[in-house]
Amino acid sequence: MADQLINQLVWPIIYILCIVLPLVLAVAMFVYWERKVLGWMHVRMGPNKVGPFGLLQAFADVVKLLIKEVILPTKANRFLYYMAPMIALVPALAVWAVVPFSSTMVLSNANAGVLYLLAMTSMGVYGIIIAGWASNSRYALLGAMRSAAQVISYELAMGLCLVCVLVLAGSLNLSAIVNAQAGNKGIFDWFWLPLLPVFVVYFISGVAETNRAPFDVAEGESEIVAGFHVEYSGSAFALFFLAEYANMILVSFLAAVLFMGGWLSPFPVSWGFIGHGGFPWLLIKAFLFSFMFLWFRATFPRYRYDQIMRLGWKVFIPIAIAWVFVAGCLKYWGLVSIGTGA
Amino acid sequence: MNPQLLQLICFYAFGFVTVAAALSVITLKNSVHAVLALVLTFFSAACLWLLLEAEFLALALIVVYVGAVMVLFLFVVMMLDIDQEKLREGFVKFLPVGLIVAAVMLVEMLGLIGVRAMQTKIMGADPALAAGMTNNTEWLGHALYTKFLLPFEIAALILTVGIVAAVALTLRERRDARHESASQQVKVNPRDRVRIVKMAPVRPDESTASQEPQP
Repeated sequence: MADQLINQLVWPIIYILCIVLPLVLAVAMFVYWERKVLGWMHVRMGPNKVGPFGLLQAFADVVKLLIKEVILPTKANRFLYYMAPMIALVPALAVWAVVPFSSTMVLSNANAGVLYLLAMTSMGVYGIIIAGWASNSRYALLGAMRSAAQVISYELAMGLCLVCVLVLAGSLNLSAIVNAQAGNKGIFDWFWLPLLPVFVVYFISGVAETNRAPFDVAEGESEIVAGFHVEYSGSAFALFFLAEYANMILVSFLAAVLFMGGWLSPFPVSWGFIGHGGFPWLLIKAFLFSFMFLWFRATFPRYRYDQIMRLGWKVFIPIAIAWVFVAGCLKYWGLVSIGTGA
Repeated sequence: MNPQLLQLICFYAFGFVTVAAALSVITLKNSVHAVLALVLTFFSAACLWLLLEAEFLALALIVVYVGAVMVLFLFVVMMLDIDQEKLREGFVKFLPVGLIVAAVMLVEMLGLIGVRAMQTKIMGADPALAAGMTNNTEWLGHALYTKFLLPFEIAALILTVGIVAAVALTLRERRDARHESASQQVKVNPRDRVRIVKMAPVRPDESTASQEPQP
C-alpha cells in the first residue's frame, strides 16, 4: 500500500518538480539573457547592477513583482480575472510532460505525444482571451482578439508542419520521432534536410504563436499599450510572463526535437565520444533556437496586422500543405532513411 | 487502493463535472460564462474518453473543439452586445417547444440504447488490441484509410464544400476599399524611392561652433 502510494504518487511529483523548477529558473535566466543580448545589439550594457554582471537582476524583478499589489479593475469579472493567469500558465507547464530530454529522460513517453502537445498548446489561448475579456478594458480586449486570431491562424500552419514530421517518422511518440532521425550521417540524417521549408515555417509560426517580435501586435506598445495583460499587476502579471517565456523555451525545444534530432549528436556515431547523444546536445540546440527569438526581436520591425494574417494564411499554409505531399512521396519511395534508435 | 476503484472514482468525478458543466451552460446568466462552461464540458468529456483509453478521440476533441471551435464561439459571444434581460424574457413562451425537443431526444436515445443492447455481436473492449496493434491511434489510422476510406473521403468533401460555401457567402468585392498588392510592393525598386547621395564629411567650423549656445 505505502509502496504503491510512493511509486504512483510521490515519484511522479518529484519528477515533475525536476522539470518545472529548472524551467522556472531557465525562464528567469532567459529574461536576463534577453535583456543582455538586446543591450549588446543596441550598443549598451544591459542589466549590470544587481549581483555580478547583473546576474541577479531577474530574481530582483521576481521579488519586486511578487510583493506588488494585484489590482482588480472596476467592474472587472473577479473570478475570471484571477483565473486567467492560471489558465495561461497551466497548459504552458503541462506540455513539458511529453518532451523527451534524452533517450531515457522523459516524464511521460505517451504514444500520442504530438497530439497531446497540440491539445495543450491550443488551450493556452484561453488564458489570453479570458484575461482580455475579464479585465473590462478596451485595450485588453483588442489585444486578446488580435492575439487569439493570430494564435489560431498560425496553429494551422504549425499543425501541418507537424504532419510532415509524423509522416516521415511514422509515429506520434516524440521519442520515436527523435529515434527516427538517428543514423550514421549525424546532422544530415535529421529531418531539417528533407523538410527544410517546413522547418522554417514551423519556427516562424512558433515565434508568431508565442506573440513575440516581429509578430507582437498583441501587445503593440505604441497602439494598445500592452495588449491583453495591460490591467494586470504584481504576481498575476508575473504568471503571464512566466507562461510566455515557458512557451518560447518550449518552441525552441520542440524545434530541436522535431527537426534537429533532439538529443542526438550532430556528428556520426563512429566519431566516438562526441558522436554519442545526450541531454547537453538538446540543451545546446534549444539554446540556439531561443537565442534566435531574441535576435529576431532586436533585428526586425513589427509586422502590420494584415501582413501577419497574409503571411500565415497565404504563404505558410500553402507551403506546409504542399510539403505534406512531398513528405508523403519521400516516405513512399523510401528516399529518406528512417533510423530505429541508437 | 486498487486501480479499478480509482478508475471508478475518476469516472464518477469526471462524469459529475461533465453533467454539472453541461447544466450550467443552459442555466448561467452570463453568456460568456455559459461558453466557458461548454468548454469545461468538452474537456471533461475528453477526460472520460481518456479513461476508456480512446486517447486519439479524446485529444482530437480537445484540439478541434476546445482549441478551435470554442475559441471562435467565445469570440462571437464576446463581440455581441447581448441584452441579458431580453434573453430571459421568452423563457415561459419557449418552454413547451424546449420540452418537446427534449422528449424527442430522450426517446431517440432510449431507442438507440435499446437497439445496441439487443445486438448480440459485441465488440471487444479495445478494437486496437483485437487487431493486434498496441496503439489506438495507429489502429484508427489503419481503419480510416482502408476500411472506411470512402466515408472518410466523402466527409472531407462535404467539409470542403462547407468552407467554399462560407467563403462564397462572405466574399464581396469592394470597389471603394483601398487595396495593396504584396507582390507589387516586393517588386518596387529601392532606387525609385530613395536617392543615396555620397557626401564628404563636414566638420563644423571652430569659430562658428563656439558661438552655438551650449545646451
